[in-house]
Amino acid sequence: MIEADNQATPNQDASPSRDVDRREFLNEMLAACGTAAPVLFGMVRVPLQDDQYDAAEHYYGMGIDVNKCIGCGRCVQACTIENDVPEEPHFTNTWVERYIITSDGEVVVDSPDAGMHGFPRTETEAGIFKTFFVPKLCNHCEEAPCVQVCPVGATFTTQDGVVLVDEGYCIGCRYCIQACPYGARYLHPEKHVAGKCTFCYHRLVEGLVPACVEVCPTQARLFGEVEGRPTPLDQFMRFNSVQVLKGHLNTKPKVYYANLDGEVR
Amino acid sequence: MQGYIYPNEFELQWSLLIVLYPYITGLVAGAFILASLERVFNVKEVQPTYRLSLLTALAFLLVATLPLLAHLGHPERSYEIFMTPNRKSAMAMFGFVYAWYLMVVLLVEIWFNYRKDMVQWYRESTGIRRWFYYALALGATDTSEKALQFDDRWGRWITIIGIPSAFLLHGYVGFIFGSIKANPWWSSVLMPVVFLFSAIVSGIALVLLLYMLTTMFRWRKIDMACLDKLGQFLFYALVVDFSLESLDFLHRLYESEESIEILSQMIESRLFISLIILQVLMGTVIPLVLLALTSPGLRKGGFLRIAPELKQLIYLTCAVLIQIGIFSIRWNVVIGGQLFSKSLRGLTVYKVELLGIEGLAMTIGLLFLPFVILWVLVKILPPWTDGEPSTASQAAA
Repeated sequence: MIEADNQATPNQDASPSRDVDRREFLNEMLAACGTAAPVLFGMVRVPLQDDQYDAAEHYYGMGIDVNKCIGCGRCVQACTIENDVPEEPHFTNTWVERYIITSDGEVVVDSPDAGMHGFPRTETEAGIFKTFFVPKLCNHCEEAPCVQVCPVGATFTTQDGVVLVDEGYCIGCRYCIQACPYGARYLHPEKHVAGKCTFCYHRLVEGLVPACVEVCPTQARLFGEVEGRPTPLDQFMRFNSVQVLKGHLNTKPKVYYANLDGEVR
Repeated sequence: MQGYIYPNEFELQWSLLIVLYPYITGLVAGAFILASLERVFNVKEVQPTYRLSLLTALAFLLVATLPLLAHLGHPERSYEIFMTPNRKSAMAMFGFVYAWYLMVVLLVEIWFNYRKDMVQWYRESTGIRRWFYYALALGATDTSEKALQFDDRWGRWITIIGIPSAFLLHGYVGFIFGSIKANPWWSSVLMPVVFLFSAIVSGIALVLLLYMLTTMFRWRKIDMACLDKLGQFLFYALVVDFSLESLDFLHRLYESEESIEILSQMIESRLFISLIILQVLMGTVIPLVLLALTSPGLRKGGFLRIAPELKQLIYLTCAVLIQIGIFSIRWNVVIGGQLFSKSLRGLTVYKVELLGIEGLAMTIGLLFLPFVILWVLVKILPPWTDGEPSTASQAAA
């Protein structure tokens, strides 16, 4: 089970640096090379430490309970800070949409500043039939169209099911942005490469959950393994009837929604 | 902005430069297909435009990659498309399709076609010019009957390979858009075919335009039979192109998928001028009517018996209108596909910037560049068949 684990890393050698003479240093280097050589040549497999991350053992997804989202926008704030998302208001890895369905059936959707600062008071003359918030982000699709179209393979799916962009490799053609049905991608204004949600991959490998999940005050966002493991997501999938966005496009999204209204696209 | 668009959709991804890219490749493919009419299908009337078409195709092909390159976030990494292409990506194949078309088809065909002349120019010239033509002929100076037959035979084969290649080049550009299932405006199996026929239309219209202008500025007489034939093919291509466009439109309207509402709104508000006025009315309907009346497309000699000068003027007008229309088609596809939100709940706007790397000035520059290249090519490899005063060889012939 994945949980916020802030245990200190194993103790570093705290002793002050020793004086090493040249002979001693060379001896140690030789010994180190001798030990490392079989490993380097793939003869010996280094056993994984307990705290070492193995991508093959995971396959991640996210669950979102629409009924639980209060539109506070803390997830968007946390994401922006955690991932250093560009300052411009119009780029975001995650956002919250507010749906207002009026008594005469009109659907009004908004997401001011991606919902980061909450939402202004609703003013409608027709009277509100119902209203709800829908958090959105990259769906980390199993059949990701962005991965399919990337001409150089800079966008890829990790073994643990996360869609990432290699920033040192992306040529900035923006084809992936066009191919994403969910509007989850943008061109980073400073790096000039595609930007998107990473499920906070840097946190996942540390055994932590994405920042948006961590800060959600109502647990509207849940994170975990998609299949067969007793994580919060597993429980969420078991006890809710879940849907994905734009299922007809067959992108096989891994962000699952409970209590999703048909108006949400 | 109108309605709701996703936060990341405020910025349009593909700008005016990407409008230019399918427009230019379309001209390349169209000009080449026109050239192949003479070569493969033995349409002798259009012979005066054969070499001009090839050089036009080359001039535009050399520029085709520049708008793409200028648009990339990291143009210095563009070679990665060749080095590590993602074989599942439609775009990754561009490099190979382009290289194939440039290296295998166009350059080889031009070489076979011009070799005899290049050898002749090499023999007549002196100094650097002499060695320049020797190098262009790759040192193959054999002009025996057998060698010329070899040139002719292989030139013909290359053209035969060239036709599907030209189809591939531009059909493929259509596929880049048509295969994006996320975008209901683009996602259509007809897209490559529509692109192809609009390419043929634009290519013929461009060569017609260039043929008329170059002939007039060289104070030669325009070959009316050639012009009529061009007008006739232009008419046919335009009929097919318009039918396909209409089919696509009707199909969407009849299917009425969930996107129909926002797309209708977009056509009525954002694309009214570029689609209804420029593309359909000015770029298609008016030229169709004019060509139906004057070209030999429907009736030998045309329905209207008019003076050749007036007819030339009408052809010229049609060619210009068609260029405007085809550019509008590219605009409507590329920009239109980004003016509505993928949430299907709102429309955004695109403001063309004047300066800057993706601005209007750059676009005009890139549009002008092929003509400069063509001018140079024409100086090096004169394509004229009606006798150039400076070319002693042709006078002698």
